[in-house]
Amino acid sequence: MTSPVVTQLAHYIAAEILKQPGRTIDPTEPLLTSGLIDSFHLVDLALFIEDNFGVHIDDTELNASTFDNLNQLAAMIQARQA
Amino acid sequence: MMPNFSQLLQEHYERHPDKIAVYLLHAGQADRAVSYRDLLHGAAGYVKTYRQHGIQPGDVVILILQHGIDLLYAYFGAILHGAIPSILPFLTEKLLPERYRADLAALIAVTRPTAIVTYTEFEHEVRAALQPGKDSVRALILTSQAETPLPPEFQLCAGLQRRPDDIVLLQHSSGTTGLQKGVALSHQAVLNQLEAYRQAIRLHASDVFVSWLPLYHDMGLIACWLMPILLGNPLVLMSPFDWVRAPYRLFQAVSRYRGTLSWLPNFAYNFCAQKVRDRDLEGIDLSSWRAISNCSEPVRWESHQVFYERFRGYGLRYEALATCYAMAENVFAVTQGGIDSPLLFEDIDRDSLQIERIARPAISGRPSVRMLGCGKPIANTEVRILDDKGQPLPDRHVGEIALRSNCMLTGYYNRPDATRKAFLDGWYLTGDYGYLVNGELYVTGRKKDLIIVGGKNIYPQDLERLACEVPGVHPGRACAFGVFNEATGTEDVVMVAEVDTDNPAERQKIADQIRLAVTRGSAIALRYVHVVGKHWLVKTSSGKTARLANKEKFLQEMREKNQEF
Repeated sequence: MTSPVVTQLAHYIAAEILKQPGRTIDPTEPLLTSGLIDSFHLVDLALFIEDNFGVHIDDTELNASTFDNLNQLAAMIQARQA
Repeated sequence: MMPNFSQLLQEHYERHPDKIAVYLLHAGQADRAVSYRDLLHGAAGYVKTYRQHGIQPGDVVILILQHGIDLLYAYFGAILHGAIPSILPFLTEKLLPERYRADLAALIAVTRPTAIVTYTEFEHEVRAALQPGKDSVRALILTSQAETPLPPEFQLCAGLQRRPDDIVLLQHSSGTTGLQKGVALSHQAVLNQLEAYRQAIRLHASDVFVSWLPLYHDMGLIACWLMPILLGNPLVLMSPFDWVRAPYRLFQAVSRYRGTLSWLPNFAYNFCAQKVRDRDLEGIDLSSWRAISNCSEPVRWESHQVFYERFRGYGLRYEALATCYAMAENVFAVTQGGIDSPLLFEDIDRDSLQIERIARPAISGRPSVRMLGCGKPIANTEVRILDDKGQPLPDRHVGEIALRSNCMLTGYYNRPDATRKAFLDGWYLTGDYGYLVNGELYVTGRKKDLIIVGGKNIYPQDLERLACEVPGVHPGRACAFGVFNEATGTEDVVMVAEVDTDNPAERQKIADQIRLAVTRGSAIALRYVHVVGKHWLVKTSSGKTARLANKEKFLQEMREKNQEF
């Protein structure tokens, strides 16, 4: 089952970053190494997460070795919420 | 006689060894102050290393390093040794390693470097691009193997003997096409530029430079690396990787170090205005910033306004906003505006500009465009506007910008053919369009099909070739172009590609694959991939893609669909 965090992130990325609201993003699809999310959008993503999930992601963590897909990102958010 | 780089460095070392040359800022680490003593000792370590590897004065040394102490030492070590350093972009996680290797191998074939300096972690990537015994590279030097810093023995440093017209450095611009054209600059050219530009910006001993710019580009390399270090002004340096993830760091650095001078590409004004939060600006004071020069992308009045509105509450002065038109072939600056007097801007009648190619003041009730001036030529550089036949045009007539100066490139390294083509009767042809009004330069567009995203030059042919490698895309039937984005202040890259299938799911899959192929092959993210049926693309009689016509057709379709663009 897809977690609500994944759904919310997927919706935000499709609508606000890719500007293609109808686009689906697979939870295992690479986001950074694929170029789907450009480095110029990483700040937006971090701010969205902070505003919506109350979790801080430091700018030094914004790279593919920390997360590269929705599942990894959601796991990180949930671990910090716990 | 005019000094060379090494003599200037020796002078700083002997006159004020404890003076801080560079403050290195890294996210998650304490700031590191590097004095001229540290710098010259580190450089001397590299002189010894280069000598051990048999590197001769005049040899090219490629540096594949990120912002930091190793780059400082390796770069100025090469200078002191009389070798010719060139900084290349670092491999990012987005770019496919195979593509990086192919680009590097192509560059090696043209530039024929003798040595490459990189990190241990990166050794295998660089080695994969080498052909031992066949190419020019005799030494792959790892930073971990470099000699430890030691006091320089100036009498043994061949860099002190370099003549003013010897080549001191190479600059490689980005893109497959660009990588093969290294701009070769002499000591004299760089020092003539620094002398003229120093006057243009009224450089003072108390000025402090703050920069996050990449160093493989002229704006970062000349204005925010060589100028402060050679002229003795402190440089506060952060990496572009850190800045793009935390743009507030620029403002904190200006405030903490009382920074006075910065250079930014146009998109950075919008980017900073939109992405910096108030909580990261607490206690920030930007009143020391006296000149922020907008350079390397088309300059926009609107971008200055959003930047000023966002940061005026933190002491940013409106007079600090400046502009500059620059290119590597002139070392750096051609013009500078906004230093002694406010920036000039004017509203121009759009139809006159586009159809007659004359910049006439706007008439009320008709569409107009606001043009921001790039300032006047710096003291050593002459600017002319030429028509299609190479004849000078009067004020307000749009033509190709040509220039002449005492700081031109020596040539494109090992490319006499390309060097010859760039000049017309001693004037360098920039490939940019613009007009003059009483000496003030306004830049209106480009002759070449070049896309500029975030200050990075992109050749659409490079991206189209990558798109055509995707199965399902018709060979030669892809077209890339830039569309200006008001919100970001820079261009978005759009790709249109022809396919056979009209199944939407199949098309989406191909679009994703194109996006992936382009990103991994060029490190450029596409904003939009438009997958279309056969015969959509407009071609010219020679069979070449008519990019402008296809861009118009694409925008028309988006308007009809009411899609934001």
